[in-house]
Amino acid sequence: MVIKRKEFLQIGSLATASLMMPKFLKAFEKPMMVPPGNKVVVVIQFSGGNDGLNTVIPVRNDIYYRERPKLGIVKDKSLLLTDEVGLNPALEAFKGLYDDGSLAIMNSVGYPNPDRSHFRSMDIWHSASESNEYVNTGWLGRYLDAQCKGCDKPTQAMELDDVLSLALKGEENKGLAFKDPKKLYNTSNGHFIKDVNADHKPGEETIDYLYKTMSATLSSADYIYQQSKVHPTSQTYPNTGMGKDLKTIASLIMSDINTKVYYVSLGSFDTHVNQDNQQKRLFTELNDAVKAFTSDLKSNGRFNDVLMMTFSEFGRRVTQNASNGTDHGTANNMFFISGGLKEKGVLNAMPDLTDLNDGDLKHKVDFKNVYATVLNKWLAADDKMILGNKFSYLNFI
Amino acid sequence: MSVSNRTKNQHLLWRSAFGPMAENVASLDTMSPKILWPLLVKTSAKPVVKIEVTKNPADEYMMGVTDPKEIQKKLQDPALRKKLREQSRDDLKMMNIRWLEMMVNSEAQLREKMSLFWHGHFACRSQNSFFAQELLQIIRTNALGNFGDMLKAVSKSPAMLAFLNNQQNKKSHPNENFAREVMELFTMSRGNYTENDVKEAARAFTGWGFNAKGEFMFRKNQHDTGSKTFLGKTGNFDGDDILNMLLEDKQTANYISKKIYRYFVNEDVDEKNQQWLSSRFYINNYDISKLLEDIYSSDWFYEEKNIGNKIKSPVELLAGIRRLLPMQMENDQSQLLFQRGLGQVLFYPPNVAGWPGGKSWIDSSSLMLRLRIPQILTANEVMDIMPKADDDVMMGQMMEAAAKKLRDTVKGGTASIEWIAVNKIFEKTSREKLLENIADTVLQTKSQVSNAVLDKYINTASRENYIKSTVVNLMATPEYQLC
Repeated sequence: MVIKRKEFLQIGSLATASLMMPKFLKAFEKPMMVPPGNKVVVVIQFSGGNDGLNTVIPVRNDIYYRERPKLGIVKDKSLLLTDEVGLNPALEAFKGLYDDGSLAIMNSVGYPNPDRSHFRSMDIWHSASESNEYVNTGWLGRYLDAQCKGCDKPTQAMELDDVLSLALKGEENKGLAFKDPKKLYNTSNGHFIKDVNADHKPGEETIDYLYKTMSATLSSADYIYQQSKVHPTSQTYPNTGMGKDLKTIASLIMSDINTKVYYVSLGSFDTHVNQDNQQKRLFTELNDAVKAFTSDLKSNGRFNDVLMMTFSEFGRRVTQNASNGTDHGTANNMFFISGGLKEKGVLNAMPDLTDLNDGDLKHKVDFKNVYATVLNKWLAADDKMILGNKFSYLNFI
Repeated sequence: MSVSNRTKNQHLLWRSAFGPMAENVASLDTMSPKILWPLLVKTSAKPVVKIEVTKNPADEYMMGVTDPKEIQKKLQDPALRKKLREQSRDDLKMMNIRWLEMMVNSEAQLREKMSLFWHGHFACRSQNSFFAQELLQIIRTNALGNFGDMLKAVSKSPAMLAFLNNQQNKKSHPNENFAREVMELFTMSRGNYTENDVKEAARAFTGWGFNAKGEFMFRKNQHDTGSKTFLGKTGNFDGDDILNMLLEDKQTANYISKKIYRYFVNEDVDEKNQQWLSSRFYINNYDISKLLEDIYSSDWFYEEKNIGNKIKSPVELLAGIRRLLPMQMENDQSQLLFQRGLGQVLFYPPNVAGWPGGKSWIDSSSLMLRLRIPQILTANEVMDIMPKADDDVMMGQMMEAAAKKLRDTVKGGTASIEWIAVNKIFEKTSREKLLENIADTVLQTKSQVSNAVLDKYINTASRENYIKSTVVNLMATPEYQLC
């Protein structure tokens, strides 16, 4: 492995610093480690179709309470943001972020002719396609294709998972999926594989593509593992899946790795039955992990450079079903969290429950406008080329 | 460089079937592909044995009720629906395992391989395992028959009618989903018809649906009997007319033969050969067997540029390993876990366009898992990956718990391999020729792993160990991902 001079100095200085330097001096070292202005996106996917109406609650809407006699969350129990908007009680950290101006909520995000099948709707969100077209690449994968001509490592976009999502698959470049840096390092460190890799001589296109992928994985595994150790966070994270994932992401954000996009999923939000418990359990896991993560970013001076965004493949129907759950719906809300938001709070009107489409919310914002905004304004990428169309930008960043 | 008989035969076996089988490998040096191909045709000629894992719920739970309307009522019962949903999930797993087993062991290799292709072409997800089972039967029965017959049978199957919403396609509210996909994905492909053709075809398909027993129904009073203009012709068309007109259009023969060429011959299409296939396919009235005959008895199919350059799909990879290394699967779950980890689960295509194939199979994590599979299988390594949730399957079950359960069952062994059969392949091979011979059997690529690297990792304690370690190591290379 080639260690960059800067990394070498960091590792070297840390080793001696911890022995010799007085504590007050070490404190100065931290913010120096990361170049400011390196913008990062963390996408959090709510798999299964999160119920948006019980996430951001229209607490003054009679129709909401009429259609959800058992499931409706009463005003007093919700975490009130405004007179008419409350948050799910499990999202206490999100309320805190709202209060200090680092949370934005976009209501009624969706797409025309919505599909109510999980896999198809997720496909549409991942590929950023229209609901009647089939695209085999994802929006972040195409971002890699656009940004990453000649990149030697697929570390620009990484997913904390054993399997890579369509969202991160491009035509030529694909993101890297791993559950934790140590495990990735161990599985890519077999001597046989390394020898085979070193021995390969370029020849035909397809086999070279496989070798290129393998070679990139092997070097990335080393790189990620080393980077993840450069800045062991002192923040305590909850011992949950989301807690571990965000801790890994934080440790990489504090390093000088070149990653621009992190991707992580939580689920299942497919709450057909006894919704309250399941949503509460997942939101608690999310809330506690996000709380630790944002506080970690803040104390390390990175909060302004990191944008977290949440989405789900669809929302759920307005009317509850007979099993104290909700069935598949359409438009939904998204959260944006960052110290660098330009617009904060509730960005647009709450869903209009008097104007439904066959019992489902109508979308007011196309999710592709959100993607275009993030690609252009946060990642400084060519959104039109990546999305295949020009979508107007929103103003939250 | 001339291509050896062995490589040509293995090429034929990898493309038209699921790779060479241990017991037949030794004979591949002497036989000509001109002898092997008719054998493949012959062994697939017998009537299809149905993969039957489930009965029609409309028979099984109705206690003598036969009227479809009454059955429909009974099927609305929430308790029964929940039961059927759970049963379907298990049935689909069972069907997956059974079909994969056939891909490995059935002598009707050509049929099962073509069925896998059509399974991806007529891609369909059905929550109803009985419907999925019937659709698979349509595909396996027609896989080597007539494309038009298969198109019509698939179009009238409850699985596809439900999946593409033709059940909701009524005169008063046309639903264009089926009409659009039948043109875009099943026959002509984009750019060969107009939006208006889609609208008019949708009107022609109004009234096509199925009853509670899963039988095709033409619901007359929901059918739009008005005049339609489709592909430049005007008439009072119904669904059958539309399908016939699609088959009459040469673009359908062109699109299907091109897809077949890309799948079975080379992603890089040779225009001349493909155009020839297309015209033959059309003249032969969409006879699939004749199309395959045209491909596999041609000389160009065996040209070097067409060999060893196709990325095996996950199912092809798994079946291929199992054919060369006969094994007792000690745990069915691991078969499913591999499919999920590698991105191809039978009966769960990503969308109606099927698995995109080619390079899309390969990313960092899927490639690393592919390279580990031989080791996991042969050394009983623990399978420590957790594939993504599929909410359409899980219906909101707690995923971590379900996956953990799955992982626990996969721990403690996945397969026991009959190495005796593998050793037998090479019993007449001299010690000096052994490495070369094994490599020629396992790999189809021009790119080879060097002997110097292999020598470092081969276990030379005995001839058995030598063979075993060489095979396993060769299967754990990028080269083995190609055929």
